[in-house]
Amino acid sequence: MAFLELKHVSKSYGSSATRTAVLQDINLAVEKGEFVAIVGYSGAGKTTLINLIAGLFAPDEGSLTLNDVEITGPGPDRGIVFQNYSLLPWLTVYENILLAVEQVFPNAATAKKREQAEKFIAMVNLTPAREKRPGELSGGMRQRVSVARALAMDPQVLLLDEPLSALDALTRATLQEEISRLCQESGKTIVLITNDPDEAILLADRIIPLSAGPGASLGPEIHVTIARPRDRKAINHDPRFKEIRRRIVDWLLGEGGRKRVTVSRKLTLPDVEPEDLSAPRPMWAGRPRARRHREEKRETVAMNL
Amino acid sequence: MKKLQLDWLILPMVGFALAILAWHILSKTVSKDLPSPGKTWSDSREYVLKPFAKRGEMDQGILRFTWYSLVLVAKGYAIALLMGTPVGFMLGLSKPFTKTFDPIIQILRPVSPLAWLPLGLVLFLGAGKQASELGALFTIAICAMWPTVLNTAVGVRSVPQDYLNVAKVLKLSRWKTLWKVLVPATLPYMFTGFRLSLGIAWLVIVAAEMLTGRPGVGGFLWQEYNALNYSRIILCILTIGIVGFLLDRLMSVVERRFKTA
Repeated sequence: MAFLELKHVSKSYGSSATRTAVLQDINLAVEKGEFVAIVGYSGAGKTTLINLIAGLFAPDEGSLTLNDVEITGPGPDRGIVFQNYSLLPWLTVYENILLAVEQVFPNAATAKKREQAEKFIAMVNLTPAREKRPGELSGGMRQRVSVARALAMDPQVLLLDEPLSALDALTRATLQEEISRLCQESGKTIVLITNDPDEAILLADRIIPLSAGPGASLGPEIHVTIARPRDRKAINHDPRFKEIRRRIVDWLLGEGGRKRVTVSRKLTLPDVEPEDLSAPRPMWAGRPRARRHREEKRETVAMNL
Repeated sequence: MKKLQLDWLILPMVGFALAILAWHILSKTVSKDLPSPGKTWSDSREYVLKPFAKRGEMDQGILRFTWYSLVLVAKGYAIALLMGTPVGFMLGLSKPFTKTFDPIIQILRPVSPLAWLPLGLVLFLGAGKQASELGALFTIAICAMWPTVLNTAVGVRSVPQDYLNVAKVLKLSRWKTLWKVLVPATLPYMFTGFRLSLGIAWLVIVAAEMLTGRPGVGGFLWQEYNALNYSRIILCILTIGIVGFLLDRLMSVVERRFKTA
């Protein structure tokens, strides 16, 4: 039995008439201490998947278990780093992290809690910004606070929901390295959701592509055998890197992207009828108004998402 | 710098001068009973220059009257906030609560303070001498409550789901979720409500004092009207306006302080 296990998990949104399946028959097994990355299209249902594991949503079908215990709701044993940081803006960096520490170690002495919070702030190199509020921090710094908060929960599984997708390329690169270091140090089981194959290869032990929605499902897994620590400059020339990257992208664009989406919409084409200059014009009528008429058309577009 | 002074100092001065001029012309032409600006000043200088004098129950300096009114407003306003905020939270948090009480609130909300006051007096008939004060407090509280109630409810409903998700993942208790997440996230909305409520409380006090004849700006205004001292009505109107303006400024400063959160 795997540490974190998803069996035949499906999830749809909406009421019966307009119901759209988001995830279909997801099977995933993550071993303890493993770093799994799920790579997929935007809007494919990646965030839904992580929210299911976090327990923020309940699946329509199937079961999720962590350590053989069914996941029924959210809890700090599954620390989550949200895509949009989700820091509480009225609390300082220190208070945001202390909130997590207090929840997880409610019985610890005050000094011990403070020490823990300080430790996690130091871990992400934010000690100088300790008393700042999230509004005063850059995107990269906020995401570090978010990572520190998730680690402070001392979770059994760390869930990273596109943690770096809102950052600029350079900050992203720095943070990838930092996350890589933190994850190795902590030795935690990690599920990373991302839309960037390079990021997945740099960080994960195993990569699973998620097909395009609606009704997304997981593709064949790919093991990353490149030794750690992985250097982002050297890795670019590693043939294994290129091979893995090719396989992910091929699958996503080929089999995984084969779900065609058709959108049909009504178009209204505005048009102005040319004025008839030869028509007699009575003096009192003023300038004749341009006559407009509209043409309605239906258009159906089919595309690969 | 020069431009700034022109905009912020001189232009408002021009506005006041024009208004006083219009007032002067009006008092000389159309309405002969309207006291001119000069007469208004000479009639009310005693009240303005000795603002805290007390010569009799209804013959006191203007700031002394204002003080009475402010004390009553403060009490009524405090009751309004203490009742309104929790009701707002309940409305924001619970759908059944909203469905149950929203119709009542929507019906009571537009009722004028003038309509509430007699009911307030009836409610506290048994209180004897205190009846007029309690009735006035009741009226202020019930009229000033609604902006706080509705803004708080809107604020609670618009707390971002992200923050609630954080609370869920951390498994914060209901109590802790309320104080650590909901209240801080709602504060800006609450303060908007508080500010509007204060404005209404100040409107209501004048009406309440006029009807009950209590000493205060409104009571003074009504008494001077009955005594045919029209100049002092204008003094009262200006005082009410200036105090209302200052209260609003004060609240907006407090509000801005919390907006950053």
